[in-house]
Amino acid sequence: MDRENWDWEIGKREIANLAPWQERFSYQEEPCASPDGEIVAAIIRNDDEEFTAATQTSAGEITTWENAYEKVWHLRFGPDGRLSALVSDTAEWTVATDDTPWENTYDFAWDMAFTPSGSHVAVSTQKDLQYAVSVNDTPWAKEFSRLTAMTLSPDGLHSAAVVETELLLETEIFKFRKGCYSVAVDGNAWKQSYMNVWEPCFSNDGNHVAASIRTTYQDYTIVVDGKPWDKKYSSVWAPIFSPDTNEVVAPVKEAGRWSLASQDGLVWDTSFYQLWHPAYAGGENRLAAIVSPEYGLWTVALDGTAWDATFNELVTDLATSLNGQRAGCVFKHDGRWGIAVDGKPWQGRFDMAWKPVFSPDAAHVAAKVETQGKYILVIDGKPLDRHFTRLEMPVFSQDGQRILVKGVENNIFYREIVDLG
Amino acid sequence: MSDSKPITENEIDDKGIMAGVEKLSPEKIERVINEVITAETGAKLKVYVDTCVHCGLCSEGCHYFISRDRDPKFSPAGKVKQTLWEIMRKRGRVSPEFIKNAAVVAYTQCNLCKRCAMYCPFGIDIAYVMSVMRRICHKLGVVPLYIQDTAHSHSVTANQMWVKDDEWIDTLMWQEEEARDEVSNLRIPLDVEGSDTFYSVIGPEPKYRAQLIYQAAMIMEAAGESWTMPSSPGWDNSDMCMYTGDYEMMERLKKVHFEAAIRLKAKRIVMGECGHAFRSVYDMGNRALGWKMPPIPIIHAIEYYHEIFSKEKIKIKKKFDRPVTLHDPCNIVRGRGLHHMAREVVNATCKTFIEMTPNCEHNYCCGAGGGVINCGPPFKNERVESSKAKAEQLFAAKAKGAEVVIAPCHNCHGGLEDIIHHYGIDMELKFLGDIIYEIMEIPE
Ligand code: SF4
Ligand code: SF4
Ligand code: SF4
Repeated sequence: MDRENWDWEIGKREIANLAPWQERFSYQEEPCASPDGEIVAAIIRNDDEEFTAATQTSAGEITTWENAYEKVWHLRFGPDGRLSALVSDTAEWTVATDDTPWENTYDFAWDMAFTPSGSHVAVSTQKDLQYAVSVNDTPWAKEFSRLTAMTLSPDGLHSAAVVETELLLETEIFKFRKGCYSVAVDGNAWKQSYMNVWEPCFSNDGNHVAASIRTTYQDYTIVVDGKPWDKKYSSVWAPIFSPDTNEVVAPVKEAGRWSLASQDGLVWDTSFYQLWHPAYAGGENRLAAIVSPEYGLWTVALDGTAWDATFNELVTDLATSLNGQRAGCVFKHDGRWGIAVDGKPWQGRFDMAWKPVFSPDAAHVAAKVETQGKYILVIDGKPLDRHFTRLEMPVFSQDGQRILVKGVENNIFYREIVDLG
Repeated sequence: MSDSKPITENEIDDKGIMAGVEKLSPEKIERVINEVITAETGAKLKVYVDTCVHCGLCSEGCHYFISRDRDPKFSPAGKVKQTLWEIMRKRGRVSPEFIKNAAVVAYTQCNLCKRCAMYCPFGIDIAYVMSVMRRICHKLGVVPLYIQDTAHSHSVTANQMWVKDDEWIDTLMWQEEEARDEVSNLRIPLDVEGSDTFYSVIGPEPKYRAQLIYQAAMIMEAAGESWTMPSSPGWDNSDMCMYTGDYEMMERLKKVHFEAAIRLKAKRIVMGECGHAFRSVYDMGNRALGWKMPPIPIIHAIEYYHEIFSKEKIKIKKKFDRPVTLHDPCNIVRGRGLHHMAREVVNATCKTFIEMTPNCEHNYCCGAGGGVINCGPPFKNERVESSKAKAEQLFAAKAKGAEVVIAPCHNCHGGLEDIIHHYGIDMELKFLGDIIYEIMEIPE
């Protein structure tokens, strides 16, 4: 869904009045909005006591899908604006996108994932207790006795997951130690299996996969395309690929301290009490991560240097700008939630806060927060003068000059373009 | 009891321990011990071991000692003597045979219940000393088979029972469907972002006791709770890795659990009726990761029930009318002081409450805790024999009229069930949630 083609005209439009929905359906789940905010959708129960999706656009009436099911869950708009859900009839599950179910059905389907463009939809599947992945209704040719942590390459052409390569029964602890887990890419497991494999991820070009592994009870490391790093650590967290060079880095623990390492050794010369969720920021390949510089205190580090400001409960939702110059996060301090950007906490403490979003040009940053059951959008540290009972994540226009706000006020779902100029 | 064989000192019928011991060399033992003692324990362990004057005041505090004819080897200090005291005296130069016996003592003859610490004039925490011994055994690969398997399950699935991702979701959907026969719009809300409460349970619930999830959903519905459960791993709050001594995996598990709630933007976690899981989320796992306190508030089911009764969020039809007694789970009573709240909930829901003696923070462990029940059939007889003190407590409560034992902890249920069966005590076991569901007014 090309953001530039959306309606960016400044102003507010009603998309759906939710009151008639509540009158019409005996059961309804939380509504969600399409990326451009033009469609509202929710799982509902129809008059035949079946479940399906209902949608509404600013131009029209409430419409329900023609197909209805015994069960529907995980209704989500993909980035391209198509609406997908996991649906089941007579105990057979599949994906339905824009009211069209896939041809293949399974005993169960879950863990739906989209590519950033929305071109590919993937799910983990189980049939006759055999597990696989299906992408755009094409299942893997091979199945496994166990599968988890499915992931999709950015272009959607490849999928991967942690799989059990040899059937492991309960109490087979010696077999477990020899290694029964690996990564399968497009259904083909790597040659080598390990005691544990976690969190596989793709490189940007989709040609490489990295994961964290445990080879003995004491030895953790990173594996890339089936080849483990030489060095072992006392623990590691999920690796990431550099978007430019495909180099893999991961948080590693040595002698009780955490740092960032690559195959060639430490990437940062600073170490921390804790370090996780590293992220590459922008074209300059800057590295950011959530760190605990000392026990019980949390902050963000950029290229190994921690912000001066620290928070005493939690730092989460690290976000970076496209140009790599800016970083923001959600923090919790003394029981209250807040947003910090570029090392400075914004004013205002909330009951909850969501990941900050940078404009494409990095000039602006916005975050959704909640206070006393109402949602507010805070832009560049200043709250927008609106209070919502539901609020979707904000989206900036390509030039960063406008922001799309999608939310419910007085039971009406609005779409509003706010000028930041 | 047919699946269980008594163990003797010379014959340990546990494949996990025996196979681990076979691979040990004196050099490896010495290296691992010194690694753990120098890098991980600091001064605390040495102070504990050096300070103990062997006065024996803690002995009467331990249900193993009382239940096993006051055999000094089952006293808290006796257990230290057979493990860390000897190890420190010999600077780690102990034999594989020694490690075998030390593993049996640390994993199966101490519930890490911390009762003895209350009776020691110096406050020596024997549970900590036994945990260090377990940590050494884990690093040496000498861990009882069944609990090791559970730790493996945690490492693969992030739950205790090898429950696969789809089985978890399917179970929730099945319980939701069943519950809709009672309340047509009832929902077990999956992945609802921004809910007030993230509800987490332990592996045995979806595997064997799905009814408990049904009941919890009914209680949440009746209380008007805004709540959710995740469709992905992180739903299980339990942690046998904490008890095998695999602290790296304990950390990984707690990270997955807390991050599941943080990702869904829940304001707090309410956890089901489990003792050891509470220890792992409130004390051990969170702190090992660097969170002094849980990063988002986490409350035990007892606290949640207390909240819904004190705020009158649910109505009851009629109090539960069979006489009840209450077992105080160590991890939430000595570990968190929830005994008063538990009694307030019992009094709000039950007509006749008969105290067990001793009670509250002085209560005896059920014998299952600290991962002992998870060491499985090879140690079952020993475990139940070591719970005579608990059996006597139950008999005494029964003599006063108690027909039902409430135990707000899964492990305690397992331990008490075995005691009730072995000693022929005619009492029924219930969770607090069972009682609340039975007596509450169902919405609609
Ligand atoms: S912690 Fe409990 S089981 Fe262990 S020695 Fe002390 S009283 Fe006994
Ligand atoms: S009471 Fe304390 S000092 Fe006395 S034997 Fe027990 S642990 Fe040692
Ligand atoms: S099982 Fe229950 S009584 Fe036993 S240690 Fe755990 S909390 Fe304590």
